[in-house]
Amino acid sequence: MARWQADVQTRLGSFELDVSLEGDAQPLAVAGPNGSGKTTLLRAIAGAVPVARAHVTIGKTVLESTEPGIHVPIERRRVGYVPQGYGLFPHLTVLENVEFGLSTGSDRSPAETRRTRALGMLTELDCQPLANRRVDRLSGGEQQRVALARALVLEPDLLLLDEPLAALDATRRRAVRHFLAERLRTFGRPSIIVTHDVRDVVALNANIVVLDEGRVVQQGSLASLQQAPANDFIAEFVGAG
Amino acid sequence: MARPTRRSPLTGLGTLFGVTLVGLLVLPFLALAISTPIGDLSEGAAHPLFVPALLLSLRTTLMSLIVIVVLGTPLAWWLASSHSRAARVTEVLVDLPIVIPPAVVGVALLQTFGRQGLLGPVLGAAGISVPFTESAVVLAQVVVSAPFFIQAAANAFRKVEPDMLIVARTLGAAPPMAFLRVAVPIALPGLLVGASLAWARALGEFGATLLFAGNMPGRTQTMPLAIFSALESDVRLAVVFSLVLAAVGVVLLLAVRFAPALRQTVGRSA
Repeated sequence: MARWQADVQTRLGSFELDVSLEGDAQPLAVAGPNGSGKTTLLRAIAGAVPVARAHVTIGKTVLESTEPGIHVPIERRRVGYVPQGYGLFPHLTVLENVEFGLSTGSDRSPAETRRTRALGMLTELDCQPLANRRVDRLSGGEQQRVALARALVLEPDLLLLDEPLAALDATRRRAVRHFLAERLRTFGRPSIIVTHDVRDVVALNANIVVLDEGRVVQQGSLASLQQAPANDFIAEFVGAG
Repeated sequence: MARPTRRSPLTGLGTLFGVTLVGLLVLPFLALAISTPIGDLSEGAAHPLFVPALLLSLRTTLMSLIVIVVLGTPLAWWLASSHSRAARVTEVLVDLPIVIPPAVVGVALLQTFGRQGLLGPVLGAAGISVPFTESAVVLAQVVVSAPFFIQAAANAFRKVEPDMLIVARTLGAAPPMAFLRVAVPIALPGLLVGASLAWARALGEFGATLLFAGNMPGRTQTMPLAIFSALESDVRLAVVFSLVLAAVGVVLLLAVRFAPALRQTVGRSA
């Protein structure tokens, strides 16, 4: 089972992020107040923000290590990233969005193979009928599935999801949450999910790390956080007391 | 859902002001159109000044547009994505030709590329003479019209969410590919508007060209300069030339206004 490690220290203006995390294939939920550094953490692991000091590994692969000066560029990290709002490309159809990642690297496959793989992934995620739709005509839940399909089709070694359910209304959120949990179980590789909702943690059977002002304030299982929450935010988040 | 109506507090007076201004903007072109008998059009087109000036205008504006788009697109991207002080200073510098009169730009270009100018000795040693050539026409057009493209392109690039480029990179696209396959297509409507505005400005360029490139028929005489020359001998001819240039402008305006809507309609029906 692939283990991963992310020690990241970075400064963006007056904000400083300094965290050390590790995990395995069990999803890790990242929680914390607004501005605590959750999105910056995901971007740093993806390689999209400059770091002052970092050591990021997945399995035996070193993605970033400031000591020997290793920096694998984003496009070669094999890290899937679904940002808040999903980041679908508005000028492409659903199918073209999913095909995008199959047409970028040096080992790009023939057009027909790309199409078959993309359609296969869309079918797996129950959105094959959307293939030729423009992405701005999709509902929030559909956009989320397409964004997930686009990331999963490349079979990344690590999946980063930034508040994947935040843009959905309450009813859709419940359905999509269970769908996501099932997909991540099938995916079977490490994933880090930023969330504001403890129900996501339960559904995903995730471990939790809570950030505040760029530092880890507590981490562990939901039960351990419920038993001894380190501060009021965590007590409120896990529904303790 | 019904839109709430917006009532101006100055309804009567405001309408009068608005109508007056729109009339002032449209009336000259109406006068130009109705003052030209059809027969004059063909006569004007057959005049020896007409075809060379039109071809020179089209050739030089196409050249300047290529230069502006090729050099201006990366610059606009940098202006849109950088938060540095250098970017803000550059943004102000890029706007300079908009606020400086074209005649001043012409003199400034002479002081730069002229024989006695800043780069004159270097260019002279290399056997290059810029003023009063077709290259001078292109240079003048580039300087006065580039800000229109750069401004519009930078604004269009600002609408590209940084997250989309990060996603494109995680999907295996190196930075140039992410730029060309994601940022440029998303910003394309704004880029086209900018290119059209820059082209229209280049097509109408007069002052800087006259001073820096001269008014030599067949060599540096563009359409606006041909109108100026025709006006001295035959007003009817100047009117015909003007009408052609105005027609090109109207076509350009319609393209800029309706191309994005048309593109959306086509996209929707596809």
